[in-house]
Amino acid sequence: MAKQLNIFVDNKPGRLSAVTETLATNGINIFIFTIQDRGDFGLIKLIVDKPEEAGKVLVGKGYAAALKDVVLVSVKDQPGNLHRLATVLQEKKINLSDARGTVLSPSNVGLCCLEVDDIRSAEKVLKKAGFDLLDVKSIYKL
Amino acid sequence: MSRVVRIHTSSGTTGIPTVIHHTQADLDAWTDLVARSITATGAGKPDIFQNMMTYGMFTGGLGLHYGAERVGMTVIPMGGGNTRRQIQIMKDFGTTVLHITPSYMLHLHAMLAECGVALKDLRLSKAYLGAEPYSEDTRRKIEKLWKIDVYNSYGLSEMNGPGVAFECVHKNGMHVWEDVYGVEVVDPLTGQALEDGRQGEVVFTNLLREATPLLRYRTRDIAAILKGSCPCGRTHRRISRIAGRTDDMLIINGVNVYPSQIESVIMKIPEVGNNYQIFLEKNGALDSLTVKVEISSGMFKGDLAQIDRLKERIRESLRASIIISPRVELHEPGSLPVFEGKAKRVVDERVKI
Repeated sequence: MAKQLNIFVDNKPGRLSAVTETLATNGINIFIFTIQDRGDFGLIKLIVDKPEEAGKVLVGKGYAAALKDVVLVSVKDQPGNLHRLATVLQEKKINLSDARGTVLSPSNVGLCCLEVDDIRSAEKVLKKAGFDLLDVKSIYKL
Repeated sequence: MSRVVRIHTSSGTTGIPTVIHHTQADLDAWTDLVARSITATGAGKPDIFQNMMTYGMFTGGLGLHYGAERVGMTVIPMGGGNTRRQIQIMKDFGTTVLHITPSYMLHLHAMLAECGVALKDLRLSKAYLGAEPYSEDTRRKIEKLWKIDVYNSYGLSEMNGPGVAFECVHKNGMHVWEDVYGVEVVDPLTGQALEDGRQGEVVFTNLLREATPLLRYRTRDIAAILKGSCPCGRTHRRISRIAGRTDDMLIINGVNVYPSQIESVIMKIPEVGNNYQIFLEKNGALDSLTVKVEISSGMFKGDLAQIDRLKERIRESLRASIIISPRVELHEPGSLPVFEGKAKRVVDERVKI
């Protein structure tokens, strides 16, 4: 399980840089980021090295920021692995509300961040299916 | 209270509506005045009257409804909205007179072509326009677009509703029915009466009402009593169009809304932060209200579902309080301009019609 930092921002230029500036000056490292567009506003979603600290810094600056549990998994990069992951979740009727993934090329590892309602059962079935569950610290080792 | 047969309300500035009680005699007197107003425009028994004002606590719907029945018109009690059906009914029943807001009258015209209805399919000859301020230019525009006569209607819930002042066939100011409504125009700051022809706050006294007597009621509406007589021969003095308000009341698609009503609703919601903005614009001929709200930093749980629910909750609470369903925009803390006072939080970008 990993902590994801969700930040509610207005959908207009300059909001991402305002957030990243705050994080950069506090020495926070960002591993994964995505932005969800919802019309008037957006959610910036970050996986960072020190989530609690990053959250405190942002809330202290007046941001609407909160930590949310997500599933972070890795698996060897090879054809069919995303399908395998999707199938495992489907069998247990676990719904994804958001997800993102990429391949880290030197180590040839696929990394995936999943937002689900039932984190525990998702982790259980994914582990059983051979996916490695990660926390923030283990990203460094990939 | 046992003699009270009906209750109406008007919007109160605090979100608590002002209640007006009516006895049967009050309703009869009101209905007579509306009937008199309709007759002054030359309408009568042969007319088919389609009432597009909202029924219910709002006095615009029921007031004209009973007056039109008393005149002997055929009344179609449509109420507001549902434009396609309104147009279909106008066509099917050969409606000759409408009661409607000016912005909805323009909107209705824009929808005619889309509904496949031409002016020659209709029998419309008159429209009574009220509940919203509009200009003489807009009257002429509507008359030209629809090829009809448009008459100004004025009233307020505190003085029964419509039928306080109405235009006659000469369409040069609204006759105040002075046998029932004592009218004065005063300086809104000093309360001193102004001579005819000078613009000020209109003050009414209802000389007949039993259940809710009101003496020298200050309407907060700005107008002037017109000098001179009317070619129709009526000696009831006329008032000009309403030029504005002495307070910050907003009129949104004919509905009266105070910024403080909006404030009191959204400030009760804990997830809402300290700042908000009320934004008004025209969407075609109709008014559109957007309420922009900052979310509170501490209440955010990181969930989109939470945000969606919050948006819906704000929209529903506002609709319950001000009748209008606004668009709600959520903004991050500290993003909206900071103002002192509720009036400055209103951005009104509507072009005056």
